[in-house]
Amino acid sequence: MKAFLMYQNQDHDVDGTDTSSTESRALTRDLDLDRLCSAMSDSDPYLQQAAKQTLRTPLTSVEAIIYRQQILIDALEKPDTIRALFALAQETVDAEKKIYRSNFFDYPDAVLRRSIESLELLIGMMRRLRTITDESIGKFSSPGFTRFFTMITSELDEGYFQLATAHLEELRLRHGIMVSAGLGYANKGSHYTLRRAHPKERNWVKRLHQRAPESYSFEINPRDESGARALSDLHNQGVSLAAHALDLADNHILSFFTMLRGELAFYIGCLNLRVALDAQDAPICFPKPERIGHDEMGARGLCDLSLTLTGGHAVIGNDLDAYGKDLIMVTGANEGGKSTFLRSLGMAVLMMQCGMFVCAHYFSSSVSTAIYTHYKREEDAELNSGKLDEELERMSGIVDALTPHSLVLFNESFSATNERDGSAIARNIIRALLAAHIRVVFVTHFFDLAHGFYEQDRPDTLFLKAQREEGGKRTHRMVAGEPERTSFGPDLYDQVFGLAQAGP
Amino acid sequence: MLPDANTAQTLAAGTKPAVEPFKSILFDRSDGPITEAGVEQTVALVDLQLNQIIAAVIAGREQYDLEPFFLSPLRTLEQVTYRHAVLADLNLEGIRTAIDGFARSLSEMRKHLKQAQTLRYPYQRMAIFVLALEEYCSGVEELRRTLDDADPGSSGVLGFRDYADKYVDSDEFHTLATAARGVLAGLANIQYCFRIKGSKVTVSRYTGEPDQAQEVQDTFERFQQGNLTSPVKNGRMIVDMDHVEALILDRVARLFPDAFAALNSCYREHQSFADAVMIRFDREIQFYLAYLDHIAALEGIGVHFCIPTVTTSKCLAVENTFDLALAEVLAAKHRPVVTNDFWLRDPERIFVVSGPNQGGKTTFARTVGQLHYLAALGLPVAGTRAELFLPDKIFTHFERGENLVDLRGKLMDDLVRIHNILEDVTADSLVILNEIFTSTTLADAIDLGGKILHQIASLGPVCVCVTFVDELSCLNEATVSMVSAVAAEDPSRRTFKVLRKRADGLAHALVLAQKYRLTYDQLMERISS
Repeated sequence: MKAFLMYQNQDHDVDGTDTSSTESRALTRDLDLDRLCSAMSDSDPYLQQAAKQTLRTPLTSVEAIIYRQQILIDALEKPDTIRALFALAQETVDAEKKIYRSNFFDYPDAVLRRSIESLELLIGMMRRLRTITDESIGKFSSPGFTRFFTMITSELDEGYFQLATAHLEELRLRHGIMVSAGLGYANKGSHYTLRRAHPKERNWVKRLHQRAPESYSFEINPRDESGARALSDLHNQGVSLAAHALDLADNHILSFFTMLRGELAFYIGCLNLRVALDAQDAPICFPKPERIGHDEMGARGLCDLSLTLTGGHAVIGNDLDAYGKDLIMVTGANEGGKSTFLRSLGMAVLMMQCGMFVCAHYFSSSVSTAIYTHYKREEDAELNSGKLDEELERMSGIVDALTPHSLVLFNESFSATNERDGSAIARNIIRALLAAHIRVVFVTHFFDLAHGFYEQDRPDTLFLKAQREEGGKRTHRMVAGEPERTSFGPDLYDQVFGLAQAGP
Repeated sequence: MLPDANTAQTLAAGTKPAVEPFKSILFDRSDGPITEAGVEQTVALVDLQLNQIIAAVIAGREQYDLEPFFLSPLRTLEQVTYRHAVLADLNLEGIRTAIDGFARSLSEMRKHLKQAQTLRYPYQRMAIFVLALEEYCSGVEELRRTLDDADPGSSGVLGFRDYADKYVDSDEFHTLATAARGVLAGLANIQYCFRIKGSKVTVSRYTGEPDQAQEVQDTFERFQQGNLTSPVKNGRMIVDMDHVEALILDRVARLFPDAFAALNSCYREHQSFADAVMIRFDREIQFYLAYLDHIAALEGIGVHFCIPTVTTSKCLAVENTFDLALAEVLAAKHRPVVTNDFWLRDPERIFVVSGPNQGGKTTFARTVGQLHYLAALGLPVAGTRAELFLPDKIFTHFERGENLVDLRGKLMDDLVRIHNILEDVTADSLVILNEIFTSTTLADAIDLGGKILHQIASLGPVCVCVTFVDELSCLNEATVSMVSAVAAEDPSRRTFKVLRKRADGLAHALVLAQKYRLTYDQLMERISS
């Protein structure tokens, strides 16, 4: 029984924590994903983990994205049912833990009792799942939820609940215990297997005429203490077999609820995020994914999610028309919103590929096979290799992982060296990436680099610059335009030192 | 048909006929010179750190008691050749694997036999005994099979293979194997049930009762996500039965009388089943394997070993050799091993090793000793090429740790010990003198050292003499000067290379002084500024 609420035909690995590579840690940091995860978690560490894990594994096909988008639309429309399902899964996992924690003694009889108690509880939870299903089926329209509820209806019918209860009764071992064995090392009994005795012949005439199978019995005298101990050891081994069988049953059921919890956690996260964005009056929309290699990239009112979640002031939305462009080169004034724009773009692509809504009025992009960020790291003072060494090493790490139709976001990369050398390095890298069908967004203040590409007049390149009004005021908007020589550093200088110079 | 005299002679001239039955893989047609180690030899083993090497080599193979073999150098070139041939065979495809399998089987066999003795209930004891018996038979058969497929060339391995062929084909062995396998198969087929209700236990044959745990499993399996890791059963099995188990086993024996009767008679009839020659081979072959495994581990770090050419000639020639004990230490620290070359041409007999301290002089002296000792064990030695001689004895004189306050007493002690050595030295001995006469004046050291070396030269043994006295290096035509070298570009860095060249201690001192800015010119400049 699979939930298939995250993927059409694939399990969702909630706990795959250790897969984070250097590149994915960089992405988390550069796109400020922790802030997004916090908003999704609403202070629940489990939800936080689920959000992280999902963001770490974006989808790479339009179908998979739409499958998840449809489920998310259902969830946004029926948040109460989704939260009830999640609460049921959560409660089951917690209750199980409690039962197991409350027993410290490993006497097989105690273990058996504990397993029986646990299985009773789980069967109860299964009944509740069935009840929620009966109430919801028909009210959900996404293929994912429709399939899920149909499956529950057919797998968990009354006959099944009766069979489960019957097993439970038999394993209480009210009629003694029967075990089969072979002769193992040194003739010790081996391969102990719990057996259900053949049912007695109902017809008493037949029973009279049937020769009883050959058997030999002995009894342990109650006063024979060591004998009684040995017998109870052996009995315990049989009980352990029963307890183990129940334990397995428990684990099976529990693994189902654990998986269900893990898959729903993502949607609960999305519900939480929506609440947070609504509180900021921020726009949300479901993005339109295009096929890999379609070279689509466009937005209306694209907001930076990180800034939006921080709250406080209205966030400037950006428009973008980059259809057919493989290289977007962003230049312009310092503090002009270039980094924010880059982050909002990367975040939107990533969220789209996780099946989420994005913070914009409209967004569309062709799917990328992977997203990488290469940002200048100024704060890494403890690095022992030189800064440029470090940048090149990181770049080399990304190149190791790159596949065609990936998206790479550069922010002031290779500026650890002078403009000429840095530009030359960047130029070679960009040209190579484009040739390998990799989309590049490059934020730089290197005029040499940006202008060089501008002069080539390539049809696949879009030049954006941070808008600057007369008098140097920044609008934090990106507009198309030719790279300009200065990066307006003096403006900033003036702004900071302006007061002192504004004398008479 | 009797062979005529001619045929017999031809055989004797060519490969040796197997006139005597095979006895030992270590000693050609003799039981071997296993001798008690004398005092001088014990001292030499410690000085050359051979005791450490031997301990490391035999570690993990305690059950074979290999040390006596490593303490018994061979006396004749024929015995050395016998082992070299066996070693060559051990490198052949298949042979090593075959012997390892055999060793595992026999080791298992011994484990079982030992355990059988500790068990209380006869049916348990018997079962393990038969297991041991079967393990032995399989081991022997498998060894024979693989040796038959292999193409050995040594008289040792060929002799053993003949022996094994005859043994495995014997009626005695066949009976043994058939009996053991019959019993084990009979026991393995038994399946029974026991039912516990209250204090009553009923034992019966198994008649297809369904697996209850499996039924539960089938019912709940549909929920399982991914693979379930089944809990690891902890707690080791106690082999010894308690008396309820024994009572059940008795009932099982009654339910399956034939299988248990066969077990009983197999146990009674084959109490001493193992063949003495097989058992001896199992032990002795480990002498080679222990050493080969040890050097294979070192070869992994890039040093080389070779089978030396061992003769009576003192014209030695060794390339890329090293101290085996030191190599092990360096390997553990992932540090590179420095190798050295040396050679002697008539009439040269004495290496005089000088040069900076901690530069590898003592290591070099040890290496020469180790090479000859291990060659005398008939084993491969450190290096890519080695021409060595078979010494009748190895004498060592190393600084003793004891603190003799009285310098005169220490010098006296040195002289007494060297005197004792020279009493026993022959032209076929190897003498290693490490840092003699350090406790006396330079003049004394030159004088006494010269006298000792002259004496040694006249006795004619091969000698390595480590000394700080440069003068000894060009004493006469028997001496060869070896110097521990320093890096040309940085004289303070030792290369641990010991090179055959003129002792030039003075030049070295000059370079060192320069590094510390203590040459004349530097001192003048520093002082004047």
